[in-house]
Amino acid sequence: MTPQRLIPTGILLIGALYCLLPVSWVLVSATKSPGELFTLGTFTPGTGLLDNLAELNSYRNGVFWKWMANTAFYAGGGALLSTVVSAVAGFALAKYRFRGRNLIFNVLIGGVLVPSVVLAVPQYLLFAKIGLADTYWAVLLPQILHPYGIYLARIYAGAAVPDSLLEAGRIDGGSEWRLLGRVGVPLMVPGMVTIFLFQFVAIWNNFLLPFIMLGDDGKFPLTVGLYTLLAAGANQPSLYNLIVTGALLSIIPLIALFLTMQRYWRTDLSGGAVKG
Amino acid sequence: MRTTRLAFAALAVTLAAGCSSSGTVEEPQAVAPAGPVALTYWTWAPNMDKIAEVWNQANPDIKVTVSKQAGGDDAAAKFLTAAKAGNAPDLVQAEYQHLPSFVAADAVADLAADTAAIKGEFSQGLWGLVTLGTDGVYAIPQDSGPMMLYYRKDLFEKYKIAVPRTWDEYAEAARTVHKADPKVYLGSFSSKDPGWFAGLAQQAGAQWWTIAGDAWKVGINDAATTKVAEFWGGLVAEGVIDDQPYFTPEWNKALNEGTQLSWPSAVWGPGVLESNAPDGKGKWAVAPLPQWSAGENSSGFWGGSSTAISSGTKNKAAALKFATWLNTDPAALDLLVKEAFIYPASGKGQASLGEPPAYFAESQPDFWTQAAAIGATARGFTFGPNVGVTYNAYKDGFDKALQDKSAFGGAVTFMQEATVADMQKSGFTLED
Repeated sequence: MTPQRLIPTGILLIGALYCLLPVSWVLVSATKSPGELFTLGTFTPGTGLLDNLAELNSYRNGVFWKWMANTAFYAGGGALLSTVVSAVAGFALAKYRFRGRNLIFNVLIGGVLVPSVVLAVPQYLLFAKIGLADTYWAVLLPQILHPYGIYLARIYAGAAVPDSLLEAGRIDGGSEWRLLGRVGVPLMVPGMVTIFLFQFVAIWNNFLLPFIMLGDDGKFPLTVGLYTLLAAGANQPSLYNLIVTGALLSIIPLIALFLTMQRYWRTDLSGGAVKG
Repeated sequence: MRTTRLAFAALAVTLAAGCSSSGTVEEPQAVAPAGPVALTYWTWAPNMDKIAEVWNQANPDIKVTVSKQAGGDDAAAKFLTAAKAGNAPDLVQAEYQHLPSFVAADAVADLAADTAAIKGEFSQGLWGLVTLGTDGVYAIPQDSGPMMLYYRKDLFEKYKIAVPRTWDEYAEAARTVHKADPKVYLGSFSSKDPGWFAGLAQQAGAQWWTIAGDAWKVGINDAATTKVAEFWGGLVAEGVIDDQPYFTPEWNKALNEGTQLSWPSAVWGPGVLESNAPDGKGKWAVAPLPQWSAGENSSGFWGGSSTAISSGTKNKAAALKFATWLNTDPAALDLLVKEAFIYPASGKGQASLGEPPAYFAESQPDFWTQAAAIGATARGFTFGPNVGVTYNAYKDGFDKALQDKSAFGGAVTFMQEATVADMQKSGFTLED
């Protein structure tokens, strides 16, 4: 291997190690019983995995699975709606010229710069005012409009959907919605998958918004639910073994999603390379 | 028209929230003429939903729905935000140190008119924590955390040290142990546990906040607190006490392996020891905290919480009825002890504390007798409306003192200054 290839490979390897080490810690720690967690060596597997799973499964009549289902609903529904909104908005911004187009786009770029964490409390006060706080909508709605997703969709539509194709469609008499559905969307699929995955992961891991919005523990997502096990009050020991096991279970769907969606990403990357 | 519709929507949401999370199958009920009162209750005590279920069975007209929350400072912030939005639960678990911030935000109701009958159930020190030294009563005490010294009985014998009765003896014992084995420490100073330090300051007689009329007086850097800080600072500087924070994996490991021999903690310590230092089972014992001078007998509180009623509730009477039952009825206290594993604030609750915690069954079979005797000597102080700021200043100040190896008195001054500055900024009247 030439040094030119060695250096990037080395950097990538370090990066991979940096990402995988915490995951492997979670994996190993989930196998330890409460007594082993702080006594066994860091990467020595324990003997308590099945007990941990059984205990987590029976914790408060299986509330963990309810949180898992809630998270899947928030992340799946939110990412799907967000992808649709992003794709339509990005297509419109890229392919139509209308008054205020640049203004809208600049406002969206500004939105990318505002961390969603800053908005959580004002959003809560607003949702409380319209009586939607502590409902499923309170977590879903704020995550549907995703400025970065619209930004990506616009860039992608600009590059992937040729104007000539749309012109040809118009000459054939296709309506604008039909052009979007039959010409725009099929060409934008790889970009939409990217947006979906981004948003899915973001919502799956989101903590602050549901933490503030939801009071009813039956509507909690995993992040907030597991936090109730961690911060059990000063006078209760944290249920570390359940938290670690829960964290492990909670990343399995993400891994599965990435593995199944990977093939779309590959077309995305190669598509970019050819056009580049 | 619009307001009515919104109000109706809000009501519908509340009702839906009240019904959906009980986790049990709803039994078909005959439609009652006036529907039952639905109350929501935010708490982090384990199994509180089971205890509420016992109440719901006996009181079909007041249905309490427990929503289990994360505890700690974030829980207080969340409740305050919800109260501000007019969306707070009817009942909320409030740690004593956070109650004043709830009162300052008008988020909890004054119960003074209806709690005279139960006042006698609680020790004066605990009752002071829910009145804040005023005529109001802002919550009903639920659990308390009188402090005591946990120590490794077997290892104290091995290193030939006696259980320290004064802090001077504690320092001497720390030197002896560390000299005998440099890997071993008598204990640790935690720069991450302001509640622990506040309890030790209470023992020394500190008064961090006092209310005089409409004005607050802040005395965090009083003589008592400075004395406590400098005592620990001296031991850390000498190197005979460890300085790793409590509840970290390293600290757990040290307790479990027996390289830390004691822990000044609160009555809820057994649960922590059992889960974090399982190998020490049957080897730990308890004693009163070391005293500042021989012959004294006092302790402080670390932790503990109360049940407060939201000022925005539409069902204050029903909420108070439940909160009173929960914290003073013998059957409820029994459940709190056995299901929620708390140390009850009410004197009547002592009756439920029979068997010692399994962890102490061999080494301290009279655990609860000891705890009750020590608990009677614990004194608290009035907490201020911005304890969060003070506690953060504790962590920042003492972290810095440890890092710079500077005197601990400076950290106490920093806490005082940060607290006063924040209260002035928030518009509280301060007495000089």
